[in-house]
Amino acid sequence: MSIWVLRGLRDGIVTTRWPRRSDEYADSWRGPVTVSSEAATSDAVVADGGELEWLCPTGAIEVINGLRIDQGRCVLCGRCVAARPDLFTWSQGATGPAAAAVARQALIVPAEPETDEAVASARAALAARTAALRRSVHVRHVDAGSDGSEEWEIQALLGPVYDVHRLGVFFTASPRHADVLLVTGAGTVGMTGPLRTTYDGMPDPKVVIAVGADAVSGGLLSDRLSGVAGSVPVDVWVPGSPPSPFAILNALLIATGRLVPGARR
Amino acid sequence: MTITSTEPTAAALWEMLNSRIARGMRFAGLFAARRNGGITLSAHVAGPEGIDTLEAALPPGAVGYPALTPVIDAAFWYERVIHDETGLTPQGHPRLAPLVAPGTPEDHALPRHVAGYGLFTIPHGPVRSGVFESMEYLVETPGEAIPHLNMRIFYKHRGVTARFAGLTVADGTLLAERAEGIASVAHALAYCHAVEAIAGCEVPAEAALLRVVHAELERVANHLDVAMRLADAAGLAVATARFALHKERVMRLVGQLCGSRFGRGVIVPGGVSAFPKQPPVQILAAIGPLEKEILADAELLMGTSSFLDRLRGTGPLAPDRAREHGALGPVGKASGYADDARLARPYDAYPLLSEEPAGQHSGGDAMTRLRVRFEEAASAFRFIRLALSDLPERERLTARAPCDPPEGRAAGWAEAPQGEVLYDVTIEGGRIARCQPRSASFHNLVLMHEVFAGDILTDFPFIEASFGLSVAGAAL
Repeated sequence: MSIWVLRGLRDGIVTTRWPRRSDEYADSWRGPVTVSSEAATSDAVVADGGELEWLCPTGAIEVINGLRIDQGRCVLCGRCVAARPDLFTWSQGATGPAAAAVARQALIVPAEPETDEAVASARAALAARTAALRRSVHVRHVDAGSDGSEEWEIQALLGPVYDVHRLGVFFTASPRHADVLLVTGAGTVGMTGPLRTTYDGMPDPKVVIAVGADAVSGGLLSDRLSGVAGSVPVDVWVPGSPPSPFAILNALLIATGRLVPGARR
Repeated sequence: MTITSTEPTAAALWEMLNSRIARGMRFAGLFAARRNGGITLSAHVAGPEGIDTLEAALPPGAVGYPALTPVIDAAFWYERVIHDETGLTPQGHPRLAPLVAPGTPEDHALPRHVAGYGLFTIPHGPVRSGVFESMEYLVETPGEAIPHLNMRIFYKHRGVTARFAGLTVADGTLLAERAEGIASVAHALAYCHAVEAIAGCEVPAEAALLRVVHAELERVANHLDVAMRLADAAGLAVATARFALHKERVMRLVGQLCGSRFGRGVIVPGGVSAFPKQPPVQILAAIGPLEKEILADAELLMGTSSFLDRLRGTGPLAPDRAREHGALGPVGKASGYADDARLARPYDAYPLLSEEPAGQHSGGDAMTRLRVRFEEAASAFRFIRLALSDLPERERLTARAPCDPPEGRAAGWAEAPQGEVLYDVTIEGGRIARCQPRSASFHNLVLMHEVFAGDILTDFPFIEASFGLSVAGAAL
């Protein structure tokens, strides 16, 4: 056993310093697609509308008065970026404003003016509800029909690189002990009941985080599954297919009032 | 890679299937599809030349057929899915409980198979302790031993198979990558191999090499995940952290090569989407230390007696059962049945990369399964090094060949970390008419029924982790 202790010392400290310091890997993360702002409302774009909408396999691109992308639907295939690099670009960073939203419509970029108000009120409501949690948070994860990759990224939070224990975040088996519900998956029929039972078993105040494009919108299965919002009231939305572990960590801190969404350090 | 149609009866199909299995081929799947107003049964058998598809269109209005399971035990779950999805009754099937689609509330009642004094059922799942995919184990136990286990995977049945129909060929790749998210590369490969077979297109040699690199990195990440879970089950905190660190490093490397930590977006019909920005020497330089550290920790883990005590003799799968069932991947190899698609039915650049023959195993327990995984990880690194050193400079690379399949049907396969993945793809008018994926997770998971002889409740996490399967892939 002593050999393992020495082996454990071999690589020194591998844990990220985020959120206290910035993290290079988190900042270089390639997130969901976004719209280059100057192109969003030009007449040429509106004229190309149908063609642009066809680019996206999940219907995340919408052209009405201008070009908008629903990042909650983006599965990061990059087809639009490859076809029209003048209009579409990858968002950068796993911990930026695009990495999580406190209102579903805030994932639609560029934002409508009324979105800002909705986000502000959602943020205030969330902060009021979670004021008591802050320094110690217990998390319960439920898979509602994921592809399995989101579980890997959540599991990574317990590993030495992300190590959520240092932030007072713990995973718990019992919903009775949980403050935060992390939900992955497109929301299958079979998991609707168990998900709801888990949510109902949690004491107030509680926060629900939808992790990944599948949980937010159903992703590629959105023709028949529409994510988890129909079963439980989602407070924080994390896009990505799957999201980076940093993005999930980011969402956990936002959900518990320890990071203000949108405000970058 | 042939498709043979028989007379429209299941009996004729079984006869044809049995004659092939008698010649040493392996039962690889049985599915039913609605076609031309009737239902067609398709059986797949794997042999050295490829995967053969045998089919029989049942007479119109058929409501049942004589079940295959009494003859070929491995068809047990396949026929339950057929019953769920088409309503056909396989007559003589031992237990037609719903597997992917529960119909009535009674289907959720706890079944009881063993009777006796003090026996009770522990319903474990679908929401389980820890970060797990949703499924339910019904453990029938008098307290310690596990005389019977039931598994229910319908909770996360997403309808992936049905979703494929009508998609474009390119969108099909995206869905295949998300059929079993932890084996994205293998699923994309199996799907693309089928599409390429229909289109008759040849993948450029350098694209075939890059495919090998990504497939093998995915294998390493998956095997590290299993090692991590086993070490965690044994309470080895440092070993758990070490394997988690290695896994994270491998996933970051994959992310640097292609932009996705799961290798998504790399494999496309006809080749690969792009080559990594880094020159091969630079990737090799990153892989060297990674390989050294992983294999050193693997060696230490396989020499930690308090850990091995928990694995030795745990969850044994008898070699004759593995052979009879056609157990796939590391589960099969650990029980002496190795039908590795990379060697038996080689694809992409595998035929060109010489590889030492794998060791023979017959232990069949959790320890042997882990040993097989570490051997596969070591050979994965050898494959990666061979493939990368054959990769020419970036300027002279062709990423993909034109691949535009108009009509046709073909099977495609690839060896995922869990075992062989099989895709049966039909394309009509440039779109997917039907695509039937079959993961190794689905084929192997049913074997968990049989490996609890003599094991007790505390062995459960070891046995489950040692199988290394994904519920997403099982409940497509």
